[in-house]
Amino acid sequence: MSYSEKVLDHYEHPRNVGSLDKGDAQVGTGMVGAPACGDVMKLQIRVGKDGVIEDAKFKTYGCGSAIASSSLVTEWVKGKTVDEALQIKNSQIAEELALPPVKIHCSILAEDAIKAAVQDYKSKHGSVLEAPACRENCKG
Amino acid sequence: MQAVAPGFQQDFFQLFCLPTSYRLDNALLDQYYRALQEQVHPDKFSHLSEAERRISMQWSTRVNEAYQTLSNPTKRARYLLSLHGVDIQEESNTAMPADFLMKQMEWREAIEEARQARDVAELDKLESRLQHELRGLEAQLADRIDDRQDYAAAAGDVRKLKFLEKLAEEIASALDALDS
Repeated sequence: MSYSEKVLDHYEHPRNVGSLDKGDAQVGTGMVGAPACGDVMKLQIRVGKDGVIEDAKFKTYGCGSAIASSSLVTEWVKGKTVDEALQIKNSQIAEELALPPVKIHCSILAEDAIKAAVQDYKSKHGSVLEAPACRENCKG
Repeated sequence: MQAVAPGFQQDFFQLFCLPTSYRLDNALLDQYYRALQEQVHPDKFSHLSEAERRISMQWSTRVNEAYQTLSNPTKRARYLLSLHGVDIQEESNTAMPADFLMKQMEWREAIEEARQARDVAELDKLESRLQHELRGLEAQLADRIDDRQDYAAAAGDVRKLKFLEKLAEEIASALDALDS
């Protein structure tokens, strides 16, 4: 199977490889894994006070498509608000990188990594992601 | 319509006359495999009609597929769960427990470091640690599938096994690369 030029470009020159401080309140960390191929992906975002993503880093152990998918989304999320970042769909990633059907799960992994990172960030800022009913139950 | 031999609907465990369980007598599986293979081997049917030869070919393929599935602990678990209507969602379920994924990252880093340092002893050590983890996970699977019928939890274990298998591949390829 041959990789598309865009996949090769990201694979050979991955953007934004690295780590951000997990403990930083402005940083959201998403860890996901694809059982089908054993790929693991860590995606981190740093969010400014205005809710815009200022920086993104990733570390991925996986095939070229998984590395390219995570590299691509770190570029895409920068400058977006966290809610805009949540709109990124795996089909857009797959289309941009011309991923063959057997590699679609790599793009799903990248989409889920963004969601996990945003969720982690929001949980640090007390966003109501959980059902409010729970808090009622916990009173008293 | 292709001729299909009777009994083709049997599942792999029935085909091998083995109990439908995760725990498996490997020696018995190997023994039955050789016996079945001998029965259906296409060479035995070279004097028969094309239809009969085709059936023997189908049987031979099915016996091989069954053996590949049952002899591999991960494939066997996935197959067994599918018989119980449980899909392990290996393509779509990316939400593994955070500590498990963190450990996966550490494993991959350790393998990468050992590969770069050309440290065969360290890779061997990682390999035996991994085998230990694999045995533990397989024992847990046997407990969940055979004893508790907790198929949802077992599906999570099979997803974990897939990651550990990948680590085994990575270690083997690192050792191969240093060997040459």
